[in-house]
Amino acid sequence: MKDIVRSRLIWAAVLLAIVGATLPWWLTGYILGVLTVAYYFGVFAMSWDLLFGFAGEVNFGPTFLIGLGAYSAAILNAHAAAPIPVCVMAGGLVALVGGLLLAVPALRLRGPYFGLVTLVAVLLLQNAIVIFAGVTGGEIGMMVPDVMSVDASHNYWIALAFLIVCAIILFGLSRSAIGLILQASGQDTVGAQALGFNVVKHKLAAFCISAVFSGVAGAMLVFYQGTASVSTVVDIGIGVQIIIAAVLGGRRTILGAVLGSIFLIVAGEFLRPLGQINTFVVAAVALAVILFFPDGLLGNILRVRERE
Amino acid sequence: MSDTPLLSVRGLTKRFGGLVAVKDIGFDIEPGEILGLIGPNGSGKSTVMKLIMGIERPNAGSIKVDGVEMAGWLPHRIARAGVGIVFQHSRPLHRQTVLEHIKLALLPDSLVKLAADPHVNRRAREIAERVGLGKVMHRHPATLPFADLRRMEMAKAIARDPRVVLVDEPFAGLTAAESEAFSELIRGFRAEGRAVLLVDHNVKSLAALADRVLAMYLGEYVAEGTAEEVMQNETVRRVYLGGKIEARERGAEVVSNKPSILQVESVGVLYGKARALDSVDMHVREGEFVSVVGLNGAGKTTLFNAISGLVAYHGTIRYGSRDLKGMSGAAIARGGIVQCPETRELFGDMTVRENLDLGGYHLSDKMRADQLKWLFELFPILESRQAQTARTLSGGEQQMLAIARALMMQPKLLILDEPTLGLAPVILEQLSKAMERLQKTTPITVLLGEQNVTFALPHADRVYVLEHARIVWEGSPSRFEKEMGRGFLEAVPSEAAQIAQAKV
Repeated sequence: MKDIVRSRLIWAAVLLAIVGATLPWWLTGYILGVLTVAYYFGVFAMSWDLLFGFAGEVNFGPTFLIGLGAYSAAILNAHAAAPIPVCVMAGGLVALVGGLLLAVPALRLRGPYFGLVTLVAVLLLQNAIVIFAGVTGGEIGMMVPDVMSVDASHNYWIALAFLIVCAIILFGLSRSAIGLILQASGQDTVGAQALGFNVVKHKLAAFCISAVFSGVAGAMLVFYQGTASVSTVVDIGIGVQIIIAAVLGGRRTILGAVLGSIFLIVAGEFLRPLGQINTFVVAAVALAVILFFPDGLLGNILRVRERE
Repeated sequence: MSDTPLLSVRGLTKRFGGLVAVKDIGFDIEPGEILGLIGPNGSGKSTVMKLIMGIERPNAGSIKVDGVEMAGWLPHRIARAGVGIVFQHSRPLHRQTVLEHIKLALLPDSLVKLAADPHVNRRAREIAERVGLGKVMHRHPATLPFADLRRMEMAKAIARDPRVVLVDEPFAGLTAAESEAFSELIRGFRAEGRAVLLVDHNVKSLAALADRVLAMYLGEYVAEGTAEEVMQNETVRRVYLGGKIEARERGAEVVSNKPSILQVESVGVLYGKARALDSVDMHVREGEFVSVVGLNGAGKTTLFNAISGLVAYHGTIRYGSRDLKGMSGAAIARGGIVQCPETRELFGDMTVRENLDLGGYHLSDKMRADQLKWLFELFPILESRQAQTARTLSGGEQQMLAIARALMMQPKLLILDEPTLGLAPVILEQLSKAMERLQKTTPITVLLGEQNVTFALPHADRVYVLEHARIVWEGSPSRFEKEMGRGFLEAVPSEAAQIAQAKV
């Protein structure tokens, strides 16, 4: 039964990916641009779900990792003229190191304190960017000399390919033996330890994986948008959006996070004519889904199957 | 099989703040031996188990598995060194099948092994068959009955192939037939040469299984020997029965003509799959003192929580003429049913006076002052402790404060859940005196839940015996003494009652 569900899920994902790949032939550059951003958000949200849904740790500061990746890449590109691939890899690396520095002490804390530490980390990063305005561009943000492409379709395909690669790796990981141990660690720490699993080690590994994917995605976003600024990759509001996207799509599903991100970004963009009300409407829909379907869009479908 | 102990515990001590939960406990378990660790709730037996598993760290003492010192290790290291535990409550993963749960237990603690070894699948199926989960191995835990969830916990422990197996409350929530199947599995551990530690409230349920039994009370060693020897031990009997049973009846006529204030009709409660309360019928008359007696886990707290509106139930609970179903806990408390919970739930950082003032929050200043005065007469020690924070009180003083705070709310029906839990005999006497005064000087109705029969009987007008989620006996304290008396320790009242009847 489970295998059928799983393969159905995968077939649906493959179908969506194929449809996604053909979109540039029939959609305008404007819509493609919106979707491109949504795909990067999808990677942010998937990385976040690995940590929350599987390791059971709420990271209130996904933008700490994303911001580290984005700004490292931007600084390296603007000040050292490093090529884009090098910058992107460096972004992932810096996010990993920063994440480790944060997580090693923070994972010792129990309960909500881990979440609070991650929240404070975002504020610290934000302040550091403003203080070192000479290097980072401060509140205005910084332009990067290189961009991935000026063609909307190319940018779109790059983002889609990146999303698909990340989804395969993260989804595969979540369904592997490691994903199983991680779920046990997140849902019943004592039980997992009693089975001989070093829970801290596994959670730390999850955090590192989440950090690398967030950092790389953050760096890619910078080279798509051509700028790195606090308001697009570090702000707490962005972090909240990522969290809402992941929960909206369905906790512990990885792929649901992508659906949630696309919904959130696309809905936000299409309701823009409403003016100020637009964010309100999107937030209200998100709130309703979380209140009435706490398992999210995909989680709900999976749960119905489970009951059978 | 050698004669050296597989598990050797010496001088094990654990303190939680000022409370000594485990004090200088020591024992050996040899390969192929089953040791039963018994004691009433709060005796520290579960803490001993957690200390061995490393879930709590001991303050002193040694824990050796096969000669290797493990005290203070982290749980996953202890687990890998060959200690396995079967938890009482399982917390299964939501999206995994039974088989996947067993596979999880078979996985190595590795960050790079993405796929399980091929033998894992076969081994997991074997274990599922062995514990009797063969037919349901592809189902999700949410769809399984309670006994199967316990089987799954057992399967996970087996999968680790532990040399030392710790089993917490092996038979809690199981039917007789299921208990027998579990006993068979545990005997299997013995046959395989594992050292087994069973932790339970009750000697009787372990008697047929354990090679040796060790009894604990208030964190200390009480007795050790065969189940029979331990049951005969004077201290053990006193701990469970509280010594000689004394019934002082007020005379039934005092209350028998009063209308009933509380009516419980075929009330049942389910905790997930476990049946915590099974079609319970009972009533309490105005001004009556009713004791509900039962061992731990019998369902007393669940019954009280249902009455107080804290858990969902089916059936009817009527308070006077009002149906309590659907009323919130707060509304029920305002209506006059006040519960003094087993866990006391004091505001630890507030002073004694502040705790009491909160209880009397709804009263006018004048009434609150009068009520306080009366309570300080009832519990004189609290008057001298007014400015002290509740956390710093001794266990007995905390219990008095909890009762006093409940009384500040001027209840019509006071529910006391295990007030004697973990208290020294001296304190019991003081509490007992306070109960007596309460009964004599106020028209209050009291519903008391107790494991300690000596405390529960003297004040009671009527006694209910709750066992395995059901009311199995009802009668006067004097009849209780005759019919239940000694049999209560063994906790099989139906048998005991038959024996008592045979004697008559």
